[in-house]
Amino acid sequence: MTIAAPRRFTGGRRIDISQLIVWAIGGILLAIVLLGSILTLRAGHYTAAQWRDFVVFGIAQGAIYALIALGYTMVYGVLRMINFAHGEVFMSGAMTTFFLADYLNRSGFLKAHPWISLVAMLLFSGLVSMTVAVLVERIAYRPLRGAPRLVPLITAVGASFFLQYTFRGLFGSGVRAYPAIPVLQGKLWVFQKTQVAVFIGVLITLALLVLFLQRTRAGLAIRAVAEDREAAALMGVDVDRAIVTTFAVGGFMAGIAGVLYALVFVQVQFFMGFLPGIKAFTAAVLGGIGNLPGAAVGGLVLGVIESIGPSLFFDGYGIRAAHQLKDVIAFTILVLILIFRPTGLLGERLGGEERV
Amino acid sequence: MRRPIRSFTVLLLVLAFVLAACQGAQPTPTSAPAAQPSPTPAAAASPTPAAQPTPQAQVTKPTDPIGVLEIKPGEPIVLAWMLTVSGGTAQLGEDSKRGIEIAIEDLGGELLGHKIELVGEDSGCNPEGGQAAATRLAANPRIVAIIGSSCSSEARVGAPIIDQAGLVMVSPSNTAPDLTDPAKHVEGYLRVAHNDKVQGRVAAEFVVNKLGLKRVATIHDGSLYAEQLANVFAENVQKLGGTVVAQEAVSPEDTDMRPVLTRIATQQPELIYYPIFNPAGSYITLQAKEISGLENVKLMSADGLLEPQTVQNAGQAAVGLYLSGPDLTVLGPKYQEFVQKYQQKYGTKPVAGFHAHAYDATMMIVEAIKKVAVQAPDGTLYIPRKALRDALYQTKNFPGLTGNLTCDQYGDCADPKIAVYEVFSTDTTGWPDSAIRKIYP
Amino acid sequence: MIVRAARRAIFIGLVAGIAGWHLSLVGLIPAFAQRRLVGDTLTFSYALLIALLALAAFATGRRYPGAAQRIPWGVLSALVSSLMLFLLALLVTHLNLRQILLNATPELARVLTFGGGASGAGLVRLLLIGLLAGLFAGGLSALPRPWGRVIVSAALMTLLLGLLRDVLGPLLPRVVTSFLYGTAGLSLAGAVVTFLLATVLFTLRWSLRANAVTARATAAVPATVRQPVIQALLLLILASVPLWAGLFLSNVADFVGFYILMGLGLNLVLGFAGLLDLGYVAFFAVGAYTMAVLTSPEVGQRFTLDFWVALPIAVVTTVLAGLLVGLPVLRMRGDYLAIATLGFGEIVRLLVLSDWLKPYLGGAQGVTRIARPSIASWRIDSPQEFYLLVLISCLFAWFLSVRLRDSRLGRSWFAIREDEHVAQAMGINRVTAKLSAFAIGASFGGLSGALFASLVGSVVPASFSLLVSINVVALLVLGGMGSLPGVVVGALALVGLPELLREFQEYRLLVYGIVLIAMMLFRPAGLLPERIHRRELEEAVEEAREIAPAEIATGRG
Repeated sequence: MTIAAPRRFTGGRRIDISQLIVWAIGGILLAIVLLGSILTLRAGHYTAAQWRDFVVFGIAQGAIYALIALGYTMVYGVLRMINFAHGEVFMSGAMTTFFLADYLNRSGFLKAHPWISLVAMLLFSGLVSMTVAVLVERIAYRPLRGAPRLVPLITAVGASFFLQYTFRGLFGSGVRAYPAIPVLQGKLWVFQKTQVAVFIGVLITLALLVLFLQRTRAGLAIRAVAEDREAAALMGVDVDRAIVTTFAVGGFMAGIAGVLYALVFVQVQFFMGFLPGIKAFTAAVLGGIGNLPGAAVGGLVLGVIESIGPSLFFDGYGIRAAHQLKDVIAFTILVLILIFRPTGLLGERLGGEERV
Repeated sequence: MRRPIRSFTVLLLVLAFVLAACQGAQPTPTSAPAAQPSPTPAAAASPTPAAQPTPQAQVTKPTDPIGVLEIKPGEPIVLAWMLTVSGGTAQLGEDSKRGIEIAIEDLGGELLGHKIELVGEDSGCNPEGGQAAATRLAANPRIVAIIGSSCSSEARVGAPIIDQAGLVMVSPSNTAPDLTDPAKHVEGYLRVAHNDKVQGRVAAEFVVNKLGLKRVATIHDGSLYAEQLANVFAENVQKLGGTVVAQEAVSPEDTDMRPVLTRIATQQPELIYYPIFNPAGSYITLQAKEISGLENVKLMSADGLLEPQTVQNAGQAAVGLYLSGPDLTVLGPKYQEFVQKYQQKYGTKPVAGFHAHAYDATMMIVEAIKKVAVQAPDGTLYIPRKALRDALYQTKNFPGLTGNLTCDQYGDCADPKIAVYEVFSTDTTGWPDSAIRKIYP
Repeated sequence: MIVRAARRAIFIGLVAGIAGWHLSLVGLIPAFAQRRLVGDTLTFSYALLIALLALAAFATGRRYPGAAQRIPWGVLSALVSSLMLFLLALLVTHLNLRQILLNATPELARVLTFGGGASGAGLVRLLLIGLLAGLFAGGLSALPRPWGRVIVSAALMTLLLGLLRDVLGPLLPRVVTSFLYGTAGLSLAGAVVTFLLATVLFTLRWSLRANAVTARATAAVPATVRQPVIQALLLLILASVPLWAGLFLSNVADFVGFYILMGLGLNLVLGFAGLLDLGYVAFFAVGAYTMAVLTSPEVGQRFTLDFWVALPIAVVTTVLAGLLVGLPVLRMRGDYLAIATLGFGEIVRLLVLSDWLKPYLGGAQGVTRIARPSIASWRIDSPQEFYLLVLISCLFAWFLSVRLRDSRLGRSWFAIREDEHVAQAMGINRVTAKLSAFAIGASFGGLSGALFASLVGSVVPASFSLLVSINVVALLVLGGMGSLPGVVVGALALVGLPELLREFQEYRLLVYGIVLIAMMLFRPAGLLPERIHRRELEEAVEEAREIAPAEIATGRG
């Protein structure tokens, strides 16, 4: 609850040494990256087509991040809390839907009616994830809404473990492989058809989501709660309901992301939500947390940087197995964004401007 | 117990024993208190110290520089496993565990009048898991010997802990050369699996001589096994006149391998060798053919992927994949018998490549226990630990399922027979015959 | 009225039943069907099921004032739960769910019905046990004040003793062990004796606390005398651990010690200064890797230093790392700080993992052959000996924490925690205060890491995952933020207990998750809360409770 902008209190216009050091570190990193890129491009190992491929793969991976990031961003925008369990919500949809997909495949329905099957899988996964998300909210978050920030963060971590190991216990720790969907095999220009499907999926969900928030009463309520919860309550908005709706919508999208993930990467297991969850959060921060288009953009940018970065930045230095460093790049970007532009690429929105 | 004090006490005990029991008889060789983990070749150490007590002192407990295990009548002989039985590599460990269980069943669940009890720890196929499991096992004083670990990474950190605790482990499936490298080997560690110096060589010969391919790329996942096997393969390919165009690494949690494969594609390899585990292995299998420039590349992996999951998860993309691994087709009728028992007991054919090795490891340990154990008249069994180690190292021409096992001074006991298989079908119902066939040698 | 009570009882019964389904289907119940706790019949699974039924009855009963209402409604809840369990048994027997749900085996049905099977016999058996559990729990809550608690505590103690057979057995004298324990778990006689002893013990404790005479007696001894005596006794007990604890327990104690060190370190940052660091593992890793690089012959061949030379270098390196992390995040607060530090933690882990730095840091395989300390000719080698080193470090860190808490610096941290702007306005230098918190906090982590590396003898990147950071934060929260004894309790509960119960390791993180959520719901201030913090938290939660209904009301209005 800060009343005025914090900067006024930071000792006036004086730039302290600590800030200088931070800027110097940032500058050095930038120089390293630029020099590496120049060296790599000069060496000319890669053809233009290969650079294009890197971007394509990055977009496909980034689209998944984007979908998960939308859920993160919505919850953060409304509740100002990091829903660490969101990655697990994503996993729960993908894991459960495997059995539906497997059944459809065995009964031959998948081959006969691929589109109907796909829609059924998406809906089913969405519903499962939605249920899980709502339950998590009801049990682990709602009773603690007034507590200090750290408390729901801990329960979120607890919920995350709980969900992971529940699914491991229920379905086993093995890796399951989704059946291939015949109509989505093969290539469309340079893209795999599955990647195209994911990309379209992201666009559609994003559009629907924006419409939902802008045009419906429930969306209006969510925005009001995000802006100022107490004022919204005073104006007659059912805060609990708005928050549950947020979780439900975020969960549904995570479920859809789960199936789309499975289309591209085929294998699913109980641990699959963890890393994409963290990456998606990075993407949300990158785009400006609380900002829906920002999350989508952040996801895509993150995906592309992860895909292209190791080769572009590090090849020139002749670093061994540069691809291993892709997560280092992702997290470094996260930290740099937080330091130099905490409002992200597109700025914070959805709710109020106030940030504690 | 502080080690210096303990070894000192042991020394005193030995001296007292010598003075009291056998005046003028041949003195018992008091071995140096070499309890420190040292890469000293075991064969060079004193031969079975005090394992056979003098006739006058049959009832007395034997002495041993690193301790004697006492098993009272009615108490079980405890063997332990340390295998990966969870996660993506669970089949590898589960398969070995079944081999141990069948071995115990074949013994009638008994040894020298004591029941055999099997305990175990999941080691998760990573160094951290190996560390935790080894610490836990090392703290259990009832354990006689350990069959494990599954993955080489586990043994690299686990073996020194086991060794220091005075225990001994025999691995059914560690293959990394490092583990029995003269400079790095610890005394409490032996293995019946092949050394990857052999597997890497056979794989390279297959690629260069049989397939006639010259340009190869390798990928490892940071595990000791993968890294070393990839290196041995690369070295041998170069020796045979091929070139290694790229050496990349992924992480076991990666799912999107396309960028790293694109990096490899720039070097136009004819074959990619990725001796890693599932699920990362299947991701590479699935995604490799999507990359422009890699449409016709051949894919090859090793025993880490020699399991039905590889084919199930990658589906059609797995067809044509080469896999190297232990050659189970040349094994004799005893192995066929074993497979039948396996099928009867677990309702499936063996699910990975190291069940027979685990069986052999168990039997080898049992044989060594029989050799060194001393039975007191009241039924108490004494197993001197150092003597047990030495007996294992002295294993010679032991007729196992996987061949005639002979241990060298660095703990390599395998009779390595490596084959290369090709996946020809996605049908895994009758694994392995329905999906893979041997094509080399 | 009655309809409403019945509805509530049935609802709670259903919830407990669903919990039972969950425990069964994730495999916790079938997995320990053979794990005997007391005698030959009471297995871990049965104990769990009975506890579930009793809990349902208790949760229902506690809302009513008298036994006349507590018992019947409690029994109703327990019976509903029993029926739910039977339903699951029926389902798994008659439907083949194994293709999907791994644990839906006929074996599960047998366990769920206490051996009766999914038939009439099983139903009768289940209902009977439900009835007994309900009566027991209802009756317990109807007993006068201390007795219910005493009996429950004693029963839990007995079960715990049975559970820890393999750990405690070798420690106790042989006579005691062979009397207490059977082939697995407690023998029947052992259980009865344990239960009685525990009852006496808890009653004694309660009456001592309640008894005014003893209170006066202790008051007669001035605190200046009493406290050092208690402290000396405590120290003596702590120092004697290696003498009676075996290898395994000492090892566990060492690991608890590492976490206490880290907890004390993070406590300065999070508990005192209020800066949420989710990447604390980075400092642990820096300490461990410095020790490894400096002493192991495997990497950086030029240095094979002695442990005692490497230790201070490791600590200094971590202090530098703390400054390096602290500088850029000076201006961040709350979640942003948490995420940035999380990023730092992951970056450190990924860098030590990489092939790129492999020649210097060992890559994914880590570094082995790290030096052990030795004093003169005494090589500190075993976990028992190491324990003393860990204990001394922990005491030192504790002492430092206490001094810091009561110092000027400590007060400025508290001020920043309460309100950063006000603190600045009052003339506290934010930069120095925050940086010193990061640096000193980091040094504890580095010390812990260096000791860890030396004890285990090897470091591998996988040991420095995000889970460690989360564990340290969680143990602080569990113990009570800012509270020093809380750190110890938290470490014992979150690190020690799971180590002792390793046979449940498959379910360890599942239970961990449940514990974290339950703790936050029922005791957000932690087990041993610091005074100021407790008051704040309670106020906040109260406030939330007051606001919530108001919101609903306005929402509908």
